Amino acid sequence: MAVASPLPGSVRRRRIRWREHAVGYAFLAPWLVGFFAFVAGPMAASALLAFTDYNVILPPRWVGLSNFQALAQDQRFYLSLYNTAYYTFLGVPAQLAVALALALLLNTRVRFADAFRSAYYIPTVAPVVASIYLWVWMFNYDYGLINALVRLIGLAPVQWLWDPQVTKISIIIFSLTRVGTQMIIFLAGLQGVPDELYESAAIDGANGWQRFRSITVPMISPLLFLNLVLGIISSFQVFTVAYIATKGGPVDSTLFYVLYLYHHGFQNFRMGFASAMAWILFAIIMLFKIVQFRMSRYWVYYESGTSGAGPRASR
Amino acid sequence: MKVGLGTREVEVRRPFLSAAWWDRQRKVLRLALIYGALTLGAIVSLVPLYWLVLTSLRPTGGEFTYPPQWIPSSLHFENYAYVFDRAPFLTYTRNSVFVTVVATIGTLISGSLAAYAFARLRFIGRDVWFAVMLSTLMLPYAVTMIPEFLLFRILGWLDSLWPLVVPYWFGGGAFNIFLMRQFFLTLPTEMEDAARVDGAGPFRIYLQIVMPLSGPALASVVVFSFIHHWNDFLAPLIYTNSPGQRTLALGLRYFADEQITQFNYTMAASTLMLVPVLILFFVANRYFVRGIATSGLAGR
Repeated sequence: MAVASPLPGSVRRRRIRWREHAVGYAFLAPWLVGFFAFVAGPMAASALLAFTDYNVILPPRWVGLSNFQALAQDQRFYLSLYNTAYYTFLGVPAQLAVALALALLLNTRVRFADAFRSAYYIPTVAPVVASIYLWVWMFNYDYGLINALVRLIGLAPVQWLWDPQVTKISIIIFSLTRVGTQMIIFLAGLQGVPDELYESAAIDGANGWQRFRSITVPMISPLLFLNLVLGIISSFQVFTVAYIATKGGPVDSTLFYVLYLYHHGFQNFRMGFASAMAWILFAIIMLFKIVQFRMSRYWVYYESGTSGAGPRASR
Repeated sequence: MKVGLGTREVEVRRPFLSAAWWDRQRKVLRLALIYGALTLGAIVSLVPLYWLVLTSLRPTGGEFTYPPQWIPSSLHFENYAYVFDRAPFLTYTRNSVFVTVVATIGTLISGSLAAYAFARLRFIGRDVWFAVMLSTLMLPYAVTMIPEFLLFRILGWLDSLWPLVVPYWFGGGAFNIFLMRQFFLTLPTEMEDAARVDGAGPFRIYLQIVMPLSGPALASVVVFSFIHHWNDFLAPLIYTNSPGQRTLALGLRYFADEQITQFNYTMAASTLMLVPVLILFFVANRYFVRGIATSGLAGR
């Protein structure tokens, strides 16, 4: 760490160093209190609650593993996992593709790039509740804009929010309108790719696709991977859009994991059961983190690569 | 590159066949394609917002037309008056403003203190705490949501705005701390060293030298904090209940569920909620971009 602070004189060294520690912790104190009160404490409480039956009114009752056993028997639990995985593994690659395509377009150094960037980013900052109602209206069967477009190209209109075969796709389409953050992360990465690489590749006769494949992708692979993992993690926690637009339906086709957890915790007040579900979610997310950590060594190119991943990174 | 086109006279007479001419055509075509794609993207991105505002100005029942009417025959601004009439939107707005402002101030103060400690101060365990803080970025809200709810229930804060505000006076989130720390690290240390020689303590250096120099980072934090609290739905849903305590996000939901068949009113209410965000976006556009570019480092 590049922290330059002049070393104190050797005579007063002990006292000053003790003071330095105290000062450091004084600055850190608000965050530390918050960490224990709102992160570490709740995590510990949640870990205990997962093994209890607690309906908020009667005191918690220790039930051992029975919450987890009940979950193992619960068809809707599996369905919510399936729905969430479906949404994540279809949605996140699509989100990344859209975000990267927009970033590549913006990186062509055209005029008005700032205006275009703003146009693409605005839907992302729009309040999510307002966006959801807008899209409920856009997805309206009879008068929505989407079906008007579908009819225009001569297809039969779609029950976007009422056909259980389609609802998850509709929610993925909605998620594609809010990829501005990933887009800007990609754009920052693309702007960091040195021009010389492209110039020398052009001299060697590489075409556009080859340059994209062998320069752009390897150079921004850390960001690609970062956005992939962050996208998976946040997709697994999808809640608001299903809670408002479809209420988990029809026939549970948009019953996502956190929505199901919310039903148990805050509608049935089964706090223990919901905590058990929360820890399974935590385990899943940790799994993705571990996979990220393991895999990044193999195919992510870091310029200052420590693990010798070097040029074979483009696999 | 010479493309054996014969004599110079031929080239002058038929310049459109020369290599340079083709090259120019390809460049023009490439630019046209790029601008075309950019414009198409902007249309796809912005048409829904146009549709939002357009629907909000339709007469009741007038939103149900096919084919869609792109240019309105009349504008019904009274829809907005109706929204205020039917729902306590002023109360919702006041609650949202309160939560957003108070939580943002807390984030700025407590977060910048922690960020300064991580960036500049030397103390035992600093790097461990920094790693711990970064790891909280990955923690799903679902894990802490239930015990936090129980904690605020014990404190008697349910159905009040305190649970939406008080936690942000204790750090304000790893993302914001990280963002400020990264900025503090880029500041030259000379001024701080000079102040230290002159006898200024760490708190004075933080308050009178580092903070005044950190405008851009603080602006990014303000922007992200504003967006987060203004748009947040799940936390208000869990903690507040009565109409008097609802934020805009929650109030919009209750209003829309009541007006489910009248999209013009729902779109008017949505537009009202969107406007402050748009204003902020246009005023502070570059702080969004800079902040996100920094945040890209957090997950590495």
